[in-house]
Amino acid sequence: MRIAVLALQGDFAEHEAIFHRLNVQTCQLRQKSDLAQPFDALVLPGGESTVQGKLLRELDMFDEIRSRIQNGLPVMATCAGSILLAQQLLDDTTVHLGTMGISIRRNAYGRQLSSFHTVGKFAGIDDVPMSFIRAPQIEFCAPGVEVLAEHEGRITAVRQGNQLAMTFHPELGSDCRVAEYFIKEML
Amino acid sequence: MNNEQYELNCNLAQMLKGGVIMDVTTPEQAKIAEDAGACAVMALERIPADIRAAGGVSRMSDPGMIRGIQEAVSIPVMAKCRIGHIAEARILEAIEIDYIDESEVLSPADDIYHVDKRAFKVPFVCGARDLGEALRRINEGAAMIRTKGEPGTGDVVQAVRHMRKMMQEIRRVANMSEDELYEAAKQLQVPFDLLLSVHKNGKLPVVNFAAGGVATPADAALMMMLGAEGVFVGSGIFKSGDPAKRAAAIVKAVTNYQDFKMIAELSCGLGEAMVGINPAEIKIIMEERGI
Repeated sequence: MRIAVLALQGDFAEHEAIFHRLNVQTCQLRQKSDLAQPFDALVLPGGESTVQGKLLRELDMFDEIRSRIQNGLPVMATCAGSILLAQQLLDDTTVHLGTMGISIRRNAYGRQLSSFHTVGKFAGIDDVPMSFIRAPQIEFCAPGVEVLAEHEGRITAVRQGNQLAMTFHPELGSDCRVAEYFIKEML
Repeated sequence: MNNEQYELNCNLAQMLKGGVIMDVTTPEQAKIAEDAGACAVMALERIPADIRAAGGVSRMSDPGMIRGIQEAVSIPVMAKCRIGHIAEARILEAIEIDYIDESEVLSPADDIYHVDKRAFKVPFVCGARDLGEALRRINEGAAMIRTKGEPGTGDVVQAVRHMRKMMQEIRRVANMSEDELYEAAKQLQVPFDLLLSVHKNGKLPVVNFAAGGVATPADAALMMMLGAEGVFVGSGIFKSGDPAKRAAAIVKAVTNYQDFKMIAELSCGLGEAMVGINPAEIKIIMEERGI
């Protein structure tokens, strides 16, 4: 099994480190030719969605990644990655990959001084550490989207078929259980 | 600042990795930078090349001007305070800046003490020329480190020198036996625990960017090859002929810093680069401020 991590900008190395702890191979996607290598799932990391979305298009990776996700490639997205997957951005006319039936608001909690850490329940798993860094918020879900985690009434993790999106960062720290869930349930 | 907040502040720097942070002086420039793919902007009244040209005392920017930039873009906004200027740092925190750069580019306000960054909730990035300087700043609470390449010169030589030295020292510390670290900590004038972390992990405990003198996509790629986790570009963009095009090219060069065919294409027809100044020809060497 090999997991590809979109490595255009952001904390892709942290995602790779988590999968390496689970003895799962990873590879980096930095340009179109990297899409030719074999991989079984895709990770869209945290970072700045404006940068990642722009580079996806300008490096000509956008169409192929979108069609692979539409054709069932399992994908796990955190923070900026969730913004890339969302069908609608609530404060912006931009749509990036748009493969997931969610509406998301960027920087919904405010600037860095409003970033916070908590522990919560994710898909029945207790005490998952959750860091929200200038986090977005999932405000609406289409039918068929399952809510996996919430914090104080706000949706923080969702699943739709083979797509998993979170507004927090399970890749920060050493807890591997969200990545394990992704591998076990979606691959 | 509690440990949890410090972690969150280090985490924001992790999200900036692989990206380019650009100096901007107006909301219009900030928008150009964001559209070109900047992962954050540094809001300041004058870019380093103009600070250098103007001389005199250089201070924190007008908070109103910084607010204008915060309103113009959705990416993180950073701003600079003078070394040791606790009040400027508090003002920047009060306007909810995302990151404070306690910067040698401005005139130092205190020639002995840096800001006690642990006393703040807002994150700080600080410059460092070597491992000792980096760990002293981290001990004071810096959540991100950058090189102190000579700002406003368009000459990358100091940033290269600092990154080379930092990486050499990190490799040296990683290869030491643990009982040698006590003496090394004494020589570097740093706390033992931070040095132990470098020894165990083979890297700084926080994100490390390149800054100072980066003017071309090739300069940015060079800094990434030497181990930078991302790049600050100051005067290099808005002192050049075609800022939007150059900024976008530098962003792509950072992501694909090992693909030289791509960087060759990116480097074509960028127009005039900023006029460089050789640091040997200038009087004020900013890297010597706050060590």
